[in-house]
Amino acid sequence: MMNFDYVRPASVADAIAAGSEKGASYLASGTNLLDLMKGGVSRPSRLVDVTRLPGLDRIEHLADGSLRIGALVRNADLAHDAEFARNYPAVAEALLSGASAQLRNAATVGGNLMQRTRCAYFYDAGSACNRRWPGAGCDALKGENRLHAVLGWSEGCIATHPSDFCVPLVALDAIVEIEGKGGRRELPLEALHRLPGETPERETALERGDLIVALRLPSEAQGFARHARYIKVRERTSYAFAVVSAAAALRIVDGKIREARLALGGVAAKPWRAREAEQVLAGAAPDAAAYREAARAALAGAKPSGDNAFKIELAQRILVRALTLAAAGTPDRIPALPGSPFSSVAGA
Amino acid sequence: MTVELSLTRDPAHIRHGSNIGQPMTRTDGVLKVTGKARYAADNHPPGMVYAVIATSCIARGRVTALDVAAARRHPGVIDVMTPAHKPELAEDPDAKGNPFAFRMELLQSDEVRYANQAVAVVIAETLEAATEGAALLSPRYQVEIARVGLDAGEAYAPPVVGIGNPAEVRHGDIDAGMAAAAKLTDSTYQTPAQYHNAMEPHAIVAVWDGDRLFIDTPSQGMGFAQMRIAGLFGIPPANIHINSPFLGGGFGSKGLISGPQVLGIMAAKLIGRPVKLVLRRSQMYGPVGHRPPTRQRIRIGTDESGALTVINHEARVTTSSFDDFYEPAADASHTLYASPAIRTAHEAVRVDTGTPLFMRAPGEATGSIVLESAIDEAAFACGIDPLEFRLKNYAEVEPTTGKPFSSKALRQCYAKAAERFGWAGRPLQPKQMRDENGFLVGWGVGTATFPAIMFQGNARAVIRADGKGVMETGAHDMGQGAWTALAQISADSLGLDFDQLTFRSGSSDLPDAGIAGGSGHTATVGAAIHNAGAAVIAKLAELATSDQRSPLFGAGNAGVVARAGRLHRRDDDARSEGYADILARAGLAEVDATGSGAADAAAQSQYAMHAHGAVFAEVKVDPELGQIRATRLVGAFAAGRIINPLMVQSQLYGGMIWGLSFALHEEAVMDHRSGRILNANLAEYHVPVNADVPPMDVITVDEHDPHVNPLGIKGVGEIGITGSAGAVANAVFHATGIRVRNFPIKIEEIVMGLS
Repeated sequence: MMNFDYVRPASVADAIAAGSEKGASYLASGTNLLDLMKGGVSRPSRLVDVTRLPGLDRIEHLADGSLRIGALVRNADLAHDAEFARNYPAVAEALLSGASAQLRNAATVGGNLMQRTRCAYFYDAGSACNRRWPGAGCDALKGENRLHAVLGWSEGCIATHPSDFCVPLVALDAIVEIEGKGGRRELPLEALHRLPGETPERETALERGDLIVALRLPSEAQGFARHARYIKVRERTSYAFAVVSAAAALRIVDGKIREARLALGGVAAKPWRAREAEQVLAGAAPDAAAYREAARAALAGAKPSGDNAFKIELAQRILVRALTLAAAGTPDRIPALPGSPFSSVAGA
Repeated sequence: MTVELSLTRDPAHIRHGSNIGQPMTRTDGVLKVTGKARYAADNHPPGMVYAVIATSCIARGRVTALDVAAARRHPGVIDVMTPAHKPELAEDPDAKGNPFAFRMELLQSDEVRYANQAVAVVIAETLEAATEGAALLSPRYQVEIARVGLDAGEAYAPPVVGIGNPAEVRHGDIDAGMAAAAKLTDSTYQTPAQYHNAMEPHAIVAVWDGDRLFIDTPSQGMGFAQMRIAGLFGIPPANIHINSPFLGGGFGSKGLISGPQVLGIMAAKLIGRPVKLVLRRSQMYGPVGHRPPTRQRIRIGTDESGALTVINHEARVTTSSFDDFYEPAADASHTLYASPAIRTAHEAVRVDTGTPLFMRAPGEATGSIVLESAIDEAAFACGIDPLEFRLKNYAEVEPTTGKPFSSKALRQCYAKAAERFGWAGRPLQPKQMRDENGFLVGWGVGTATFPAIMFQGNARAVIRADGKGVMETGAHDMGQGAWTALAQISADSLGLDFDQLTFRSGSSDLPDAGIAGGSGHTATVGAAIHNAGAAVIAKLAELATSDQRSPLFGAGNAGVVARAGRLHRRDDDARSEGYADILARAGLAEVDATGSGAADAAAQSQYAMHAHGAVFAEVKVDPELGQIRATRLVGAFAAGRIINPLMVQSQLYGGMIWGLSFALHEEAVMDHRSGRILNANLAEYHVPVNADVPPMDVITVDEHDPHVNPLGIKGVGEIGITGSAGAVANAVFHATGIRVRNFPIKIEEIVMGLS
C-alpha cells in the first residue's frame, strides 16, 4: 500500500488538529478502513490513530437517565454488557447479528457508525462510482444490484448502508456527540448519514476533522425494553450483511400500542426510520392487520433500483415479523442465533 | 537389484490391518496447531525479496501503457517485470504440449484475456513497496467488449469434455425412450461460476542456483509442475526441486502449476535473488482455475410403473476465449440410474474469463445437483417416494456400458442412511411438514457417486540395519491426511509397527507420486507403497529363506509373513527372525526396493468402478421470510477399503458441506458488462460458516472390492459433494413446493414463491 504518516495523538484536541489536515483519516480498529486502503479505495496520507484516546471507552449513566457510550467501546463489550442488553435488547441483538465474533471483538461503536457501504462497485476500483469519484457515474445502477437500495436512492447512487447496529439506534433516537474544530456538538444519528441525492460522495454530515466521541441513548429509549427485537434476513447465518433487516420497539399499555419505533436496514443509504409506519401503529391494537398496514406505509415510497423488487416485499414481511415478535415480548436472553428468524417462533 | 512387482492382489507375506483401518489422529496435527508446519509462504531464504502482480481490471483488450517509471521511483522497488522486460522463456506459455498443459499468462504480450490477469510484476525489498509499486503502474487499456455468461456467443460442440471424454454419449434408442414415456419431465437448471478459494493462496518462494531451481510452493502434482517449469525455462526436470510438505487446501486449483507461480520464478531469475510471490485473495479469481457456470436441460421419461425410459441430459458450459477445458457436467447421468436410453451432450461458449479447471468433483458436482433434482422431479411426477423411485431404477450394471460394477453397496447406503435419518413416513406432497415453531420442514435425498480413479505413482521402501523402515514418496497432503493415511499403509506394507517407520513425503526429490486429484491419491500412492513394501519384504525373505543359518531357511519366498519387524514362518509361527538380524547376517546396511501404482487396465475394461453414497437432508424454511436453514444431513458412503476412518469422516463432512454450499450459498457474481468479479473476497463469496452447518452424520458402509486396486481403495475426496447438493435442493422443494432451478437457491425465489 502507499506510504502514509501514522500519528497517535494523546488528546481529543490533538486528534482533531491532526485529523483536520488534508488527506487525514481517523483510524479506530480499522476493520473497514484497512480493507479499503489495501484495495486502493481509500488512500489517506495520514492515519490518526484514536484508539488510545483517554476516556472514550466508557459506558456512563447520565443524571438525566440517558446512557452515554464512548466511541471506542468495542461492539462485543457493549453487546455483552448485561445491563445494556437488558435495557436496550434490540441494540444488543443487532450488534451480535453483525459481522463475525472476531470483528465484533475489534470493531468500535464510532467505527461502526462510520463504516462505508458494501456496494461491490464502490470497492471495485475498475468500476465507475460517484462516491469514490464524483461525477464518474454509477455502475451499480444497471449492474448486479439485487441487494441494492429500494428507498431514498438516486440515479447517482443506489448503495445501502450496511450497519446492523445503527438500525435499532435510529429507532431509539440515538444521538451522536461530535468534537470538531468548532467544539462539541450533537446530532441525531438519523441525521448523521445522508441520502445520496446529487452528492453521493457526501456520505455523512461530518465536516473535516470531526470526530465522533460518543453515542447517547435518551432515557425514554429504555421504555421499549420489554418489546424490542431486531430481525435480519441474510444469505448465511453469520458474517453476512443484511439483505433486509428491521428493528421494532413498542410500548404497549393496556393492550394498545402507545408508541412504536421502527427502522429498516439494508434498504437505503442510511438506516431507515419508518415514521409513517410508527404513526399507523400509535394507538392501534397489536395485531397482524395493524402490522401489515404499518409495513405498507413504511414501504409506500419504495421503488426498485434494479433487480431488487423482492426487497420491497421482503422488507414489509420483516417489519411484520419484527413487530409480531416485539409484541410477543423481548426474550429473556439474546437468542443463540441473534437476529435470525430461526431464533424465534415463526409468525408468533 | 530392484524388484518391480506387477500389481498383485495379496502378496502372501503382506498383511494389512495392523495400522490400516485405525482411526489414527494426524501425524502432522501438532505441527499444524502449534504453527510449526511450514507452508510455502512461511519460507524466507536469505536475501529474499517480494514480488507483487499487477492485474488487469478489464476482461478483454490490450494494455496500452504502464507507468513503469512511477513504480520504479517508489522507494524499495527493485525492478518491474513487463512484456518488454522479462527473462526469456524456452517455451511459449501458450503451447499445448499435452492435455494437462493449460495456457498461462507470463507477460508474453500486452493482450488481456480476463479480469485479474497479470499485466506486470513489481519486485521490491518489502511487500508494501511491491504492492504500492503495482498500484502505481496505473495501466491504461484499449478495451474491447467483454463476452460474459452462458449466452455470450455462438455455442459449439467441444471436441472432448473433462479429460478426453466424448462430448456426446448415446446409449440405446433416445427417440424410442422419449416415445415410450408415460411422463416426461423437461427442466432447465443453471449453476454458477465457483472458485476454489483454498484457505492458503497460491504462493511461491523461488531460488535459482545457476540452472538449478529450488521452490517452495503448494502443489497437488509436483511431477507435472517439474515438467512444465522445465519446459518453460529450458532446464532438466531433475534440476527443479519442489518442496511442498503442506497445502492449505487445493481442491484442484493447485493440481497444475499456475501462471502466477511461474511469474515468481521468472522474477527470481530476472533479478538474481530469491523471490516470494503470494497471490492476494482477489487475484485467485482468474488465473488459477474455477468451476464454470452451466446451463443444463434434462429430460427424464418414465413409464406407467415409474421405470425410466430415457435420460436426456444436455449441458452448456463456458470456457475461456483462449483455451479448452469443458466441465463434463452431463456425464453425471452415465452411471447412476438404469435407463434403457441415456444421452449426454455438451456444448460450450467462449467467454472472457480465465480458463476453468478441475474443481472438487468437476462435472460430478454440477451434473449431480441437476440430475438429482431432476430425478426428484420425475419421482414426484410419478407420485412415487423419491427413495423408492431411486431403488426402482437402481442400476445393477453400469447403464451406458453394460459392465458389472467392481462393487456397489449403494443399496446398503440408502438403507442405512434412510434408517438413521428416519425417512420412513415422509409425506409425498411438499409443504406438509412444520416444526413446533411453525417453520416449514422438508426432507430430500440425493445419490452420491464418484469414479474410482487412479493415476501413476511411485514409492521407495527401505529396511535399515536397525530393523526400522523408511518409505519415500513425493505425495501431496492438501489437508486430507496423506501424511497419516499413507504412513499407515507404509507401516503395514513393511510389516512394522507405526513408530518403527520413517515416512518421507512432500518433495519432488522423492519418487514421483503422481497427482493428488480425482480422489485417487490414496489409491494410487497406496498401491505404490504396498508394492514397494512387498518388494523389500520379498528381498528380506529371499535373504533369510536362502540362508542356512536362518530359522526361516527353506520356508520359500511365500512361506513367510511379515509382522512387527519380523518374518515368521507361515507353517510355524514360533520360527521367526527380526529384520535387523537378517540384514546383519547378510552384512547389509539396508535393503531397498521401489514400487509403482497405477490402474489395472484389464480390470478397468471388465468392470465399472465407482464409489457410491446416499445423502438425506432436512431443511427448515421460514414460511414468510424465505430464510432457509439446513438442520440435518445424514450420508452413507461405500467407497471400498477405509484406510483411516477418522480422516475419511472428515473428508466426507467437508464434501457434504460443499454440497450444502453449492445448493444454498456459493456463487461468483460477475458484472455482466465488464466481466469483473464483484465478490472476489471471502466476505462476499459466501461459503457456509459454522452456524450454517447442521448436525451431520456420516456412515461408511463396508465394501470389499477385489478389482479396483491391491488395497481395494475407491477414494473419498470428492463424493461427499455429489449427493448432498441435490439432497438439500430437494429438501427445499419438499419444504416449500417451490422448485428452484437456479443455484444457489436465493431468498427472492422463495420469498416471491411463498404467498
